[in-house]
Amino acid sequence: MEMDFVVDKEAKTVSITKEFAFGLDLVWDAYTKPELLDQWWAPKPWMSRTKVLDFKVGGRRFYAMVSPEGDERWAVQKYTSITPKTNFKFYNTFADADENPELPGSDWDFNFSEQDGTTKVSISIYNESLERLERMIEFGFREGTMAQLQNLDELLATLKREPNT
Amino acid sequence: MRRDVFQAIADPTRRAIIALIAVQAMTPNALAAHFDTTRQAVSKHLRVLTECEMVKQDQQGREIYYRLEIEKMKEIDKWLEQYREIWEARYGQLDELLSTIKKEKKEK
Repeated sequence: MEMDFVVDKEAKTVSITKEFAFGLDLVWDAYTKPELLDQWWAPKPWMSRTKVLDFKVGGRRFYAMVSPEGDERWAVQKYTSITPKTNFKFYNTFADADENPELPGSDWDFNFSEQDGTTKVSISIYNESLERLERMIEFGFREGTMAQLQNLDELLATLKREPNT
Repeated sequence: MRRDVFQAIADPTRRAIIALIAVQAMTPNALAAHFDTTRQAVSKHLRVLTECEMVKQDQQGREIYYRLEIEKMKEIDKWLEQYREIWEARYGQLDELLSTIKKEKKEK
């Protein structure tokens, strides 16, 4: 089912809305259980590897995105609010392998609702600065597929081809 | 060193310079008046912006005016598009996973 993706540069927010043709219980589990999260969170060929997931307020998910070459990019998602099967929030920071965070991070807000067997998930990601947003996208991009890498190469090639001033 | 628009906007002072010259072309002196930093620091940022091809210089008499290359800002939108593609890939995988789990439950 279709996905909505909206960037509001003024509000420094990225919003992603997606509907699933599955029940709320199953979808909720996919976002909150490590063994399920690790099966879809990282776009192939990257892998998600969750080291710790303690799903409670004050708890956290500490995980790595692992490249096919074995490069690891760690992040910590600290749960700040949980309303079961309705909403949860976390504060996301990139980190090193020892869990030392790279501040500032971003605030993620997940909303879940079910109607007629369809579950809607709305995510809103707020970044304190545009710079931070750029870094997040850079990280996201690194998770990406080879096709995405090619896109960037093409973009950089285009920028390079244009004459210098 | 390879420069691109993302380096241009990676610094808060450079983003402020971009915002100022987006409205009207300005001289380095006029720009420096908006910041607490030195005139040299502003010049350095203008050099980076020039290398990123985010700004162009116009000579008017003895003054050099800097103006924004709007087209370059559009590259940032392309960059954001990459993030959207990541979410599409991610959610494609989640749809697949949910189908598999549902099927397995039925078979049990």
